[in-house]
Amino acid sequence: MERRELLKMITLATGGALIGGDLLLSGCKINAKSDGTFSTDDIAFLDEVAESIIPKTNTPGAKDAEVGKFMTVMVNDCYEAKDQKIFHDGLIKLNEASKTKFSSSFMKITAAQRKELLTELDKEAKTYQKAKKETDPNHYFTMMKQLTLAGFFTSKPGATEALRYVAIPGKYEGSVPYKKGDKAWATS
Amino acid sequence: MADQTYDAIVIGSGISGGWAAKELTQKGLKVIMLERGRNIEHIKDYVNSMKEAWDFPHRGGRTQEMINNYPVLKRDYPLRESNLDMWVKDSECPYTEVKRFDWFRGYHVGGRSLTWGRQSYRWSDMYFEENAKDGIAVDWPVRYKDLEQWYDYVEKFAGISGSKEGLAQLPDGQFLPPMEMNCVEKDVAARMKTFYKGMRPMIIGRTAHITAPHPDRQMCQFRNKCVQGCPFGGYFSTQSSTLPAAMNTGNLTVRPWSIVTKILYDKDSQKATGVEVLDAETNQTYVYKAKIIFLNASTLNSAWILMNSATEIWPEGLGSSSGELGHNLMDHHLNVHADGIMEGYEDKYVFGRRANGIYIPRYRNFFGDKRDYLRGFGYQGGASRQGWNHEVSEYSIGSEFKEALTEPGNWSMGMGGFGETLPYHDNKVTLDKTKKDKWGLNVLSFDAELKENELKMRKDMLNDAIEMLEAVGVKNVKGTDTNPYLGRGIHEMGTARMGKDPKTSVLNKWNQVWDAKNVFVTDGSFMTSAACQNPSLTYMAFTARAADHAVSELKKGNL
Repeated sequence: MERRELLKMITLATGGALIGGDLLLSGCKINAKSDGTFSTDDIAFLDEVAESIIPKTNTPGAKDAEVGKFMTVMVNDCYEAKDQKIFHDGLIKLNEASKTKFSSSFMKITAAQRKELLTELDKEAKTYQKAKKETDPNHYFTMMKQLTLAGFFTSKPGATEALRYVAIPGKYEGSVPYKKGDKAWATS
Repeated sequence: MADQTYDAIVIGSGISGGWAAKELTQKGLKVIMLERGRNIEHIKDYVNSMKEAWDFPHRGGRTQEMINNYPVLKRDYPLRESNLDMWVKDSECPYTEVKRFDWFRGYHVGGRSLTWGRQSYRWSDMYFEENAKDGIAVDWPVRYKDLEQWYDYVEKFAGISGSKEGLAQLPDGQFLPPMEMNCVEKDVAARMKTFYKGMRPMIIGRTAHITAPHPDRQMCQFRNKCVQGCPFGGYFSTQSSTLPAAMNTGNLTVRPWSIVTKILYDKDSQKATGVEVLDAETNQTYVYKAKIIFLNASTLNSAWILMNSATEIWPEGLGSSSGELGHNLMDHHLNVHADGIMEGYEDKYVFGRRANGIYIPRYRNFFGDKRDYLRGFGYQGGASRQGWNHEVSEYSIGSEFKEALTEPGNWSMGMGGFGETLPYHDNKVTLDKTKKDKWGLNVLSFDAELKENELKMRKDMLNDAIEMLEAVGVKNVKGTDTNPYLGRGIHEMGTARMGKDPKTSVLNKWNQVWDAKNVFVTDGSFMTSAACQNPSLTYMAFTARAADHAVSELKKGNL
């Protein structure tokens, strides 16, 4: 029944196909790994982007799950070179967008400003991804958002505290009551 | 060249090899099981079995380095971080594709019994009789009555969970309790029954999981981590089932890293005398001798071994006198799916992770139905409720977005077809004498494809799936038909088929090579047609039957 699971991997909350990783199920082009590396500042920056998308509430947030670091691992190891470049350039573009809008770098703007900025970027990315041809480049914010969600919800704090997880269920029940507000299972 | 003598040699340690070793040793024979890859010890060597998603650096996904190193495995779901050690390194074991063939191999003790899909279905005579009825290939030399007691026998030992349904096309078996359908599946099954007047039954999958106490194994724990290796022995594998039984007899020797390069044949006695082995680690050559040989190297490698054997008598190899060795290559064609959203179950959820789904057995070209193609297909699928990766339209980031994602999404219901491929003589493998693997051995060349019959069938597979889902009330149904390539079913069959006549088949009805009666081939290569259901249970039954015959003939002095 492994085969069924694949279907679920393709669509994400970001809409559209998953970039890198499991998307590459057929005939992908092989590119050399880019030599772009991430600095600790980059990781801190990505942590803040991720935290804006998935903030700490009464459950852990993206920073608690070290999503910034996870993003760099995935981009370095799982992305094709062309997507790696888009991602790296995206760090700069996102910061430039912050400067244009708020005359200040992303790290210095308030949480409310970050939310406003990223909401705009998300809209821009969604519109772009929807209209683009398959061969056109991906939008950097789509990458950041996908990696944030995947990184957070498959992390231990994400899976076990924000979501529900039982390592060894021991049984299967095909119909249990659900009421609004109950958490989703981390995996099915 | 060291010589060692046993009563029997089993080549391969996957599903059928494990069964051969168990049956032969339990009947008192001293057996050596030769496995070309490394050893994997039950539980101890399932290095990822207790890992969680967050224990994998890429959360179980695939890296560009893996994609580079696994040019074949990357073509479908097997290439992933969570069980990479259970698949062959493509770079060490290349092959030639005259036409594309996706060959996903597991070279280690246990073979693909560690990674199989575990779905287990009997054949009925509706399948065994079909070649003869349609005038396709050759008739099967056996019928259901020959197999029934062996299905009973292997099911009782392997542990198959399932429901008794009384279906003519899919005989009931010796089942452990069935897994439960979820609330959506139950209602869909009921609606299907009404809508199609019982002609398209939808049942819970029959799967090789332990769902009631079973000797020496623990029950399935519903973790759905089977492919990472099961430390409970919850599903059937060589390691969880047949290997310990064989070891308990004291009659089994297992030799990993043993690539069998040929079966040694004596033309005076017209029998095999043993095998030649290349040690995969040391490159030393060894000879093992035995009275009987079970060839269970997996369909294509069994053909390869036969092609390399007795070439001084038959240039195309042992079993080639019929002209059928390496031909009639079959698989199940798949990657035709449909799914959609099921509304009205928002107050229902599930507990546990069931590594199983629903099954709709074949209905096309049965019971008076007549299509513009031969044979048919079954569906596997199921309903599930979306987790964090569902769509949220109201919010895009922030705490509201996060909260929305932490609740489950819609219920979805989907299914994918498994279609029969016909045994075409010109769908074949041959030896490529221009290309060699890591050990300097000639590799196989694939020249096989889906043909008109299968491509017509795929249209029905897609349309029927969409039609059925819409008929039972699934909304927003979307269908896809991708990757019409052989191999992806990972159900390779047919390259040493059995038959009634040595002129048109490689094996007789007891899985014996016509030209060497003490060689039994009981992996998928013996299959004379493919049907559409998952084949491993049938390999188990044929293997147990062949082993029984082999020992009986040996005792009579006929081998």
